[in-house]
Amino acid sequence: MALFKVTSPHATGPLNTARVMQLVLLATIPGVLALNWHFGWGVLVNIVFASGVALAAEALALTLRKRPLGFYLGDYSALVTAVLLAVAMPAYSPWWLIAVGVGFAILIAKHLYGGMGYNPFNPAMVGYVVLLISFPVEMTTWAAPRQAFSGEMPGLADAISVLFAGREAIAAFAVDGITMATPLDILKQNNSLLIEDLWQQSPVFGQWGGLGWEWANLGFLAGGLFLLSQRIFTWHAPISMLASLTLISALFYDGGSSASGGSPLFHLLSGATMFGAFFIVTDPVTSAVSVMGKIIYGALIGVLLYLIRVWGNYPDAIAFAVLLMNFAAPLVDYYTQPRTYGHEPAHKSGDE
Amino acid sequence: MRKVWDIHGGVHPPENKEQSNQLAITSAGIPDQLVFPLSQHIGTPAAPIVAVGQKVLKGEIIAEAKGFVSVPVHASTSGEVIAIEQRNIAHPSGMAAPCIVIQADGKDEWIEHSGIEDYTAVDKAELLNRIRQAGIAGMGGAGFPSAVKLGTRDDQVIETLIFNGTECEPYITADDMLMRERAEEIIAGAKILKHLVKPTKETIIGVEDNKPEGIAALEKAAQGSGIEIVSFPTKYPSGGEKQLIQILTGKEVPSGGLPAQVGIVCQNLGTTVAIYRAIQFGEPLISRITTVTGEACEQNRNYEVLLGSPISHLLELSGYQQKKASRLIMGGPMMGFTLHSETVPVVKTTNCIMAPSAKEIPPPTPAQACIRCGMCAEACPVSLLPQQMYWFARGKEYEKLEAHNLMDCIECGACSYACPSNIPLVQYYRASKADIRQQKQDAIKAEQSKVRFEARQERIERQEAEKEAKRKARKAAAEARAAGNAEAGKVDAVQAAVERAKAKKAATDPAQVAAETAADPAPNGDAAKDAIARALAKREAASSMTDEERLLNAVKALGKRLDKTREKLATAQAEGSDTVEILTETLAKLEIKLVDAKQAYDDHQQKN
Repeated sequence: MALFKVTSPHATGPLNTARVMQLVLLATIPGVLALNWHFGWGVLVNIVFASGVALAAEALALTLRKRPLGFYLGDYSALVTAVLLAVAMPAYSPWWLIAVGVGFAILIAKHLYGGMGYNPFNPAMVGYVVLLISFPVEMTTWAAPRQAFSGEMPGLADAISVLFAGREAIAAFAVDGITMATPLDILKQNNSLLIEDLWQQSPVFGQWGGLGWEWANLGFLAGGLFLLSQRIFTWHAPISMLASLTLISALFYDGGSSASGGSPLFHLLSGATMFGAFFIVTDPVTSAVSVMGKIIYGALIGVLLYLIRVWGNYPDAIAFAVLLMNFAAPLVDYYTQPRTYGHEPAHKSGDE
Repeated sequence: MRKVWDIHGGVHPPENKEQSNQLAITSAGIPDQLVFPLSQHIGTPAAPIVAVGQKVLKGEIIAEAKGFVSVPVHASTSGEVIAIEQRNIAHPSGMAAPCIVIQADGKDEWIEHSGIEDYTAVDKAELLNRIRQAGIAGMGGAGFPSAVKLGTRDDQVIETLIFNGTECEPYITADDMLMRERAEEIIAGAKILKHLVKPTKETIIGVEDNKPEGIAALEKAAQGSGIEIVSFPTKYPSGGEKQLIQILTGKEVPSGGLPAQVGIVCQNLGTTVAIYRAIQFGEPLISRITTVTGEACEQNRNYEVLLGSPISHLLELSGYQQKKASRLIMGGPMMGFTLHSETVPVVKTTNCIMAPSAKEIPPPTPAQACIRCGMCAEACPVSLLPQQMYWFARGKEYEKLEAHNLMDCIECGACSYACPSNIPLVQYYRASKADIRQQKQDAIKAEQSKVRFEARQERIERQEAEKEAKRKARKAAAEARAAGNAEAGKVDAVQAAVERAKAKKAATDPAQVAAETAADPAPNGDAAKDAIARALAKREAASSMTDEERLLNAVKALGKRLDKTREKLATAQAEGSDTVEILTETLAKLEIKLVDAKQAYDDHQQKN
């Protein structure tokens, strides 16, 4: 008689990896909607095009590696990479910029290292950094938020045309004003005005942070809290990152002089802070694993983020901070092994 | 309300207990044939004391305990022993093991037995002996002999006696039903164990809060007994011994240690009732309560089943349909193992037979990549990092695995359950543990071989060095003689022959030559000729001997010569002769030679 042989446990939990990825995609919606409202259709066009490129690149890599397409495409991981990278890029990016970034992320940063689960660096951030270093002009040409823009916002058709024809081809973009330096950049360049005055003079600042950006940040915060409630990740890394960013920015705020690095609230709600905290820092593959490890990992990203924003060469720094800490994650893991039941002192791996 | 602690991690799989706890416990009756594995416990298997064809009564010992960590096996009904042979047993590997097979006669005739009227009047050793003779081993899963567990050392103070009524595995309700229906027996057994262990602080029965009926029944029965019923939130795997101890006392059992080290003894409920029946009525452990559950069985319920009953007997009673079953599990869905055959018998540790449908327990899906989401680490009740251990297990990095405390893994399956990528993590850990154990054994073996090899190498070198020294001595002697001859000039032919004979003898027997030279400074030709003749005869005899005989002869001859030399030395000493020095030297050499010869002989014998 042939009975089925399999080892325990026989019961399996309800969650699967595809579902995890779907929830992450779902959680990006509030932030993406906020971005799309403030910066126009370019954001959604970016995302849709990036998703198409990612699936094509994933399929190509899987075919080359002789893996079953349906099984691996069904895990949604390529889509997550595409959406995260597209959100991080400036709206109205040209098609080739997106293709290069996403292609690099999927083919080089992910599959060349062994595919899902084996990549030491966050693929979306690798793609972002490659683009930022290779095409600095395109990657820093940010659209102005709706409120700071006097002309009419480009429509969906315009946004699609921009993707393929370039900014010059569309009338709305020919007028100066659609693009604008980001609040973080303006703050960084400032060396003469008090924060208060700067705030009043520049149209890019909103109520708490960057105009438009603050709402996008709140949107990503909401999405992140949703994922937390679904227990997709634990609070340790994102909260410790936000806490360390708050702390260090409070330390160097100095009441708002011209040399100030900006208020904690400004840092929390500008640039990609919340997006980074809940969608990039929480990437499990490339982060530290233990509770203590995650806290250290998140906290150091927060510190690096501030250091690079204020004293580094780039106005925003999520990608650099995360990649640097990706390097450090194995070391963090080494020193933060949790205490096992029945063991007295913390036990470090490799100790004998 | 008493304080309870929380364990790290844990999961909440669907409990699925209501299927099997609706109906009262019923007897499973007597099957035609019963199979009794000799090893139903941890430790040395029992040794059969019955012969094929022998009639046995219910409760009769059919195999006796072998050694300290062992318990006997009893016939669970009356009948005839029809075979003692290898049969399929309930084991994850599906292996066969020695079993005693009994054909039931249906009379169910008891052997004469009697209990103890007042257990408080009997000393501890006698109580423990009764528990051991009743064949009682832990019925929760591991099957550790209860008498060994209860026989704590006198210098080990036990503070807390814990009874484990957790039953955290989904589907299983054997202990639940036991609590509901036989709470008095549980409490009576608990009192006996309390008397036996004498906890200095407290006696607790720990029950998960998903069994309110059982808790109520226990509380009613325990009134005035000083035994506390403690309920705590339902979470898998709260019922693991180490986990339950942490929940109830906040203490942790040291890694690799026993609960007794932190002043705790833990007992299973079924075992407690078995001990009660053994002490009170003198009944050995011959039946247990087993849950039969799963959608492939029409009726899910608990049976009081005779040990040795084949699983097929229980399945038949429950309306089992093989077509509907996705697999057959002994134990629960988290830690049970699949059975390879329906003929395996119920043993002391069989708490559940599960025949799930494909809907309940679907066939495993292919594992996806590990994304290190950490849900396994959140679920692990002993705070391991399963996602890291998974990498190390795949890479066979055993040192790192051990550094990550693989050996503390209790194989509860919480990590695999939580894993969204469906990776069979526990399987990796189990395999790695086995590999590590194997490696350690191999290392011990290799170390022993090394020691042996080095000793042999040293002996061979020593012998070589001795031979070399002798050769040099001979050469020097020959040179000296040649120089002497040249001085004498003309050499008598006979004398030369005598010299040659002597030289030859000197090669094999410097002592004798020395002795003869000492005794007879001017040997005549006849003596030399005799010596030559003797040597030739010896050689001839030697050539016809086997290696063994030759070696033995060598030993004997050396012995004789040693004796002779000793005599001569004694005489020389008595006479104050100047040969004492040379004889002493010879004696020492002979002794070494004898040892070597013996060694050679022993080696030869070992080789054959």
